[in-house]
Amino acid sequence: MDHLVVVGASLAGIRAVESARKAGHTGPVTLVGAEEHLPYDRPPLSKAYLEEAEPDDVRFRTEEHLRDELAVTLRLGAPATGLDPKGRIVAVGEDELAYDALVVTTGGAARTLPGEPLEGVHTLRTLDDAIAVRAALDAGARTVVIGAGFIGSEVASGARKRGLSATIVEALPVPLVRSVGEDMGHACAALHRANGTDLRCGATVEALEGADGRVTGVRLEGGEVLPADLVVVGIGVNPATGWLEGSGIELHGRDGGVVADATLRAADRVYAAGDVVHFPNALFDGELMRLEHWTTAAEQGALAARNALDPESATELGTVPYFWSDWYGSRIQFVGRPQADEIRVASAPDDPKFLALYRRGDRLIGTITIDRPTQIMKYKRLISKRASWAEALEFAGLG
Amino acid sequence: MGLRIELDPGKCSGLGLCEAEAPELFEVQEDGSLTVLDDHPSADRRAECEAAVASCPTEALRLVED
Repeated sequence: MDHLVVVGASLAGIRAVESARKAGHTGPVTLVGAEEHLPYDRPPLSKAYLEEAEPDDVRFRTEEHLRDELAVTLRLGAPATGLDPKGRIVAVGEDELAYDALVVTTGGAARTLPGEPLEGVHTLRTLDDAIAVRAALDAGARTVVIGAGFIGSEVASGARKRGLSATIVEALPVPLVRSVGEDMGHACAALHRANGTDLRCGATVEALEGADGRVTGVRLEGGEVLPADLVVVGIGVNPATGWLEGSGIELHGRDGGVVADATLRAADRVYAAGDVVHFPNALFDGELMRLEHWTTAAEQGALAARNALDPESATELGTVPYFWSDWYGSRIQFVGRPQADEIRVASAPDDPKFLALYRRGDRLIGTITIDRPTQIMKYKRLISKRASWAEALEFAGLG
Repeated sequence: MGLRIELDPGKCSGLGLCEAEAPELFEVQEDGSLTVLDDHPSADRRAECEAAVASCPTEALRLVED
């Protein structure tokens, strides 16, 4: 009976083990996780988890459920340190685990700033990060967020909801301009300003200031110091693939992510899923993409396990990327791809319920909305059936 | 034996993944709430229902056999 080993115990990992059982796999399953925690859900960590009310349990499943219902052997608290794909062995701590099928779901690690670590400076990726940020907010921290991306913006929103001051420092002239375009970036900036967050664009952090090992402020180029008790660094994620270096698994030249084919196969009986993997997306003419989205991790985890256990009948992934972000009670939703030949704002200039369509060639390739929850999935369907630009404009009332 | 969809409105946050999977069964409204358009779907919609339930990030949906 094949032994399935899943390395990485977050969403993609839990979906991998669940899907293996659902597909009828009765052999042993081992789930390896670097953190001590049982697998947990990340989206709430930068949202509800930061609110004043006692947070909900973010764990996906109880230990009993994983052990008794899913018959999973848990190896939590130590990361995998090496892989021998020819010998089919994963190194975890001092041990070597032999596998027949392997799914790599190690995700990524939040990027940090150079320099000595200071108390009060955090990233927000893990449950331990969220616990620390929550405790700082509970203590009434003056909050400075570095990076006006989605995670940082949610932290600022969480601070403001508690009535605390929040400042965001962003190097770009317009937030999110590279990921969603200029008009949308302005719409996002407007949300911050309308809710009392001090958004500093085109600002460069020179250094973090501290006293007795604790952060006291953020010094900007030009000399201004923003006083801070809590600094949250939200400047992106690097795929966690250090343990795969030298293994023969192909790693992407730009960011070190695992390079897989459309069935998520990285090597013989090695498949990858979630934030860690670059894959050619069949729905976008094979465009190679690495997505850090909840929905992608969920569907990739399930598919990677099925394909790893039955490579003969492996199927390809074609998916419309989707993510959401909640700021100040507004919901931003994006479907598809932001890299476009044209971005057309389809909402009125003074309408806070923003809508923009993204065109590539003659095709609708992406859509973003603010507070239009009844529309976004209809655009997702248009994208998945490869709707033309003309059809999309007509649907948006611009035809 | 028929299928029934149970929605827990307390858990649902209106993200719409279920609507993407099964647009004839679910629709998110203007206010972000979810409407189950057909909570007793016919048996030939089982696969759609299962996909919708599995897609929910907040585990707000359940498929039960009556």
